[in-house]
Amino acid sequence: MQHTRRTLSTAVLALALGGLFAGCSSTKLDEAPVESRNVPADGTAAGAGTGAGGSGTAQSNVATVDLSKQGAGAADGLLSQRVVYFDFDSFVVKDEYRPMLEAHAKVLSANRSKRMMLEGHTDERGGREYNLALGQKRAEAVLRSMVLLGVQDNQLEAVSFGEEKPAVPSSDEAAWAKNRRVELKDK
Amino acid sequence: MTRPTRPASPYPSWPRRRFVGALAAAAAAPAAAQFRVEITGIGGNQIPVAIATFRDEGKSPVPVAAIVRADLLRSGLFRMVDAPGGLDESSRITVAEWRGRGADALAVGSVSRLADGRHDVRFKLWDLVKGEELVGQSHAALPADMRLAAHRVADSIYQNLTGERGVFSTRIAYVTRAGGRYQLHVTDADGEGGQIALASPDPIISPAWAPNGKELAYVSFESQKAVVWVQDVASGQRRMLANFRGSNSAPAWSPDGRDLALTLSRDAVAQLYLMSRDGGTPRRITTSPAIDTEPVFSPDGRQIYFVSDRGGGPQVYRMPAGGGNADRVTFSGNYNISPAISPDGRVLAYITRQGSAFKVMVQELAGGTPSAITDTSDDESPSFAPNGRLLVYTSRAQGRDVLMTTTLDGKIKSRLLTTGADMREPAWGPFGR
Repeated sequence: MQHTRRTLSTAVLALALGGLFAGCSSTKLDEAPVESRNVPADGTAAGAGTGAGGSGTAQSNVATVDLSKQGAGAADGLLSQRVVYFDFDSFVVKDEYRPMLEAHAKVLSANRSKRMMLEGHTDERGGREYNLALGQKRAEAVLRSMVLLGVQDNQLEAVSFGEEKPAVPSSDEAAWAKNRRVELKDK
Repeated sequence: MTRPTRPASPYPSWPRRRFVGALAAAAAAPAAAQFRVEITGIGGNQIPVAIATFRDEGKSPVPVAAIVRADLLRSGLFRMVDAPGGLDESSRITVAEWRGRGADALAVGSVSRLADGRHDVRFKLWDLVKGEELVGQSHAALPADMRLAAHRVADSIYQNLTGERGVFSTRIAYVTRAGGRYQLHVTDADGEGGQIALASPDPIISPAWAPNGKELAYVSFESQKAVVWVQDVASGQRRMLANFRGSNSAPAWSPDGRDLALTLSRDAVAQLYLMSRDGGTPRRITTSPAIDTEPVFSPDGRQIYFVSDRGGGPQVYRMPAGGGNADRVTFSGNYNISPAISPDGRVLAYITRQGSAFKVMVQELAGGTPSAITDTSDDESPSFAPNGRLLVYTSRAQGRDVLMTTTLDGKIKSRLLTTGADMREPAWGPFGR
């Protein structure tokens, strides 16, 4: 009886570990890593999974791609950026968005049948209709920038959602900053 | 039926005529909980009335007397005097006894079921000051129209006691948002009896009633941009009115119902245009380097009030309806939007920003000073009742957008039915439906 139980529990443990480290060729029990719940915020693999073999990757790993982050050098990276953010009560397209707008303008200039919607948005403060017009003003500002970069006017349509489609539906400065934006969308 | 609209003063003047004196015994009858009227101040002279529970109203699908009482309370012109049950339109009324209770008027009535399935709503209104019967009426209503029948009783009482038309049988359109869904609702003026005119996964804003009360214009984002639609309320048939390059928004009907003013961005960021209700080519009526939006016609159709930031911040301006020079109308504050004009053309209601607060303001157009009529800080979208005595607007309570009505002096406020959804963009419909 005692023996049977012991065998069973060993089998359960083996099963569990096998599940955890599937793909790892050799894992000594005494080196079995403790699962780390403290995964770094950037999502890089750490702790769990890097067993004795050192070649493993945690199965729960998710790499974050943040389209709103600036600085990627490659054109592909720039083309994956599609949001222009604005300061409070401002309609000025900031210089930092120039590389991104240039990258999109280049694609549109190379293909005159390609079209894009520029969707302007505001934060939630103020009236809905006036905000609709303010969002339109932002979208038109991006449109003018892109026309200056060589895109034909008829390839672009500036529209506005005003305050109706916030990117972040909270009522604080951080959310408002994320909501004052123009999104570039393929048509 | 239609008496000439008398030029009403913008603030209630409490037309009482025969109803003088007898201001004792002021106990207000509590209306049914779902019709709770939050009175935030005491109006001047309110007419004390007693509305007896209608005989056999339990057989009707709606609580007739409770609806009538809540309607009258919300107007701010009445206060309720308790009435015992067991009375109807044929009861003998002892005037002296009712005067002793402090009532100036008494309504009694009954509901009975007709053979064809309709309900016969009968009522009689007594002038207790003169000791005479003022009006007796009977109307047969389908079960689905019983709420309307009750509102019509309230309208009749209101008109007989104040000399003005009541708005209780009118309708209000508004938009709800819940769980990422948007719905354009049409309800009775008390917010009850709601029906859905449009349901969409995309935002809907700026509903506007045609003057005949049969069509609604609105802005829908269903095609991933702002497009103006017109929808027949009874049939649900809808047509795209304006879908030009850029945004199309802020529809406003001319008083004759033939044209709409609206905001288009086809030629510049946001300018005003006129279009026939049947569509066609829009005619531009503003040419400014700024944002011009939120047009509304004056009741005589000669002028358009609108919002422009041509002077910096948004302010209310006025210009001839066909276009021309604009005069600035609002001067205090640096952010004034969403103008609404009273049906007599004398009062402007709008939203002002004070610090981080947004408040409903009321201002006499003939040179009055603006006054705030709410103590809330997230007000939006004022819209006048067709008799000019009440405004409906959006405010915020317990983390939700709610619809409120208020008298123009701000003394009597009422929160309309809440459903757990955000309620916004109210538009008070015209008389008739």
